[in-house]
Amino acid sequence: MKRVFFEQMWAILAKDVRYELRSKQTWTSMGMFALLVLVIFNFAFDLHTENTNAVAPGALWVAFIFASLLGLGRTIAAEREQGSMDRLLLCPVDRKAIYLAKLLGNVLFISVVEIVALPVYAALFGVPLLAGGLIPIVLLGTLGIAIIGTLFATMAAATRARELLLPILVFPLIVPVVIAAVRATEALLVPTANEPPWIGLIIAFDIIFLCVSTLTFQYVIEE
Amino acid sequence: MIYVPDDNVCHDDALQGAATHTVDPYVQIVGLKKSYGLKPILRGLDLSLQQGERVALLGANGTGKTTLLRVLAGLTRPSAGTVAVQGFDLVQDAQAVRRLVGFVAHQPYLYEELTALENLLFFGRMYSVAHAHEKALELLGRVELAKRTRERVSTFSRGQIQRLAWARALLHTPHLLLLDEPETGLDQEGHTVIDTLLREHTERGGTTLFTTHQLERALSVGTRVVLLNKGRIGYQQQTTALTLTELRGVYGQAVKP
Repeated sequence: MKRVFFEQMWAILAKDVRYELRSKQTWTSMGMFALLVLVIFNFAFDLHTENTNAVAPGALWVAFIFASLLGLGRTIAAEREQGSMDRLLLCPVDRKAIYLAKLLGNVLFISVVEIVALPVYAALFGVPLLAGGLIPIVLLGTLGIAIIGTLFATMAAATRARELLLPILVFPLIVPVVIAAVRATEALLVPTANEPPWIGLIIAFDIIFLCVSTLTFQYVIEE
Repeated sequence: MIYVPDDNVCHDDALQGAATHTVDPYVQIVGLKKSYGLKPILRGLDLSLQQGERVALLGANGTGKTTLLRVLAGLTRPSAGTVAVQGFDLVQDAQAVRRLVGFVAHQPYLYEELTALENLLFFGRMYSVAHAHEKALELLGRVELAKRTRERVSTFSRGQIQRLAWARALLHTPHLLLLDEPETGLDQEGHTVIDTLLREHTERGGTTLFTTHQLERALSVGTRVVLLNKGRIGYQQQTTALTLTELRGVYGQAVKP
């Protein structure tokens, strides 16, 4: 049974990746958007050594969050529009497998955009890319955004005003993970004493919402 | 034969006989209701399908044909009533029912950026079909798409896409075929292909419920016609006891505003 679960999950993920590689709809727009935000932030603020550390973490996460939402909205909505989600729901597939596949797909899509955007960010803001711990913070933050985003993108995809609804639903819920990710990134650039355990907060957020989202996905995706 | 517009009772002797048949029906629908918001679509529908039957579901637009198929496919939950397929409750044993059902809609719902073979292999994995690759190739041959197995679906004509949708529906050898205007986009050759597939499905003991607006097709393909009217069964009759003229008369009466 477990083998079938993971086989189906893998098949859905592989299908989504293959589909995206061929259509190139989501990755291109997400990547362009993230790069544009970083460049605009770089020009909008008069960056000096003393204020870069205050602006850079915020700029990074604004770029990632908005680019993520752009992609999250498309992955499920496209499948809904084509009706292929209905066809997938006809199959004897555990809905948890569908959720986890979609989640992994979204994490992968966002991560690819981040891989492209991070070197640009490092160059524009003069931030050391491999400064101890930036990659884990980005990965954990991305996972948190994708966990909530995948669930609510599924919910929003069933509505007409999905583009409008998705940010309204997602932003309030990801506030804890965004604050923690920004502060953890800031703490990397300017280490200060007695910082709260921001990474611990992101991990706790990810675990709690992963469990909640996996369990509630069935009721969201089905009528 | 008396047409009864708002009643589930069929006043036909032959059908009364079928109703008292001792064999358990393959599909048993009792008191099925389905509403979207406050709008009732199905209003207490009772219907049973015997194994091997091919039932044509007729009715004007908006009478609940597609909704009934969507409920049976497990895509939408009934508001009230019970549905059992091969003894499995549609709500409680949804996964077991899904394994038994094949669905072809007038919209193909295929992944256009994937090839024909990739589409079938993907659904083969979803249904855990053994030897999916061989079976997919065989079915692609049966629907006359053998030469296009590795081409993307986005390059296919409407008829070819519909034939591929048939191949996908039959990939896991379903016991119950639900067909919602399945001939959409098919040419004469395509009709011949799906008629053959349908005949073989019946010979294997499979049951079929299909919707159509073509009365001639309902009579030639179906073993029984069921006419939906306002979310209930208005009329049903075995096709052997029905002529096209009679069916046209009954249908015309039912769809009259």
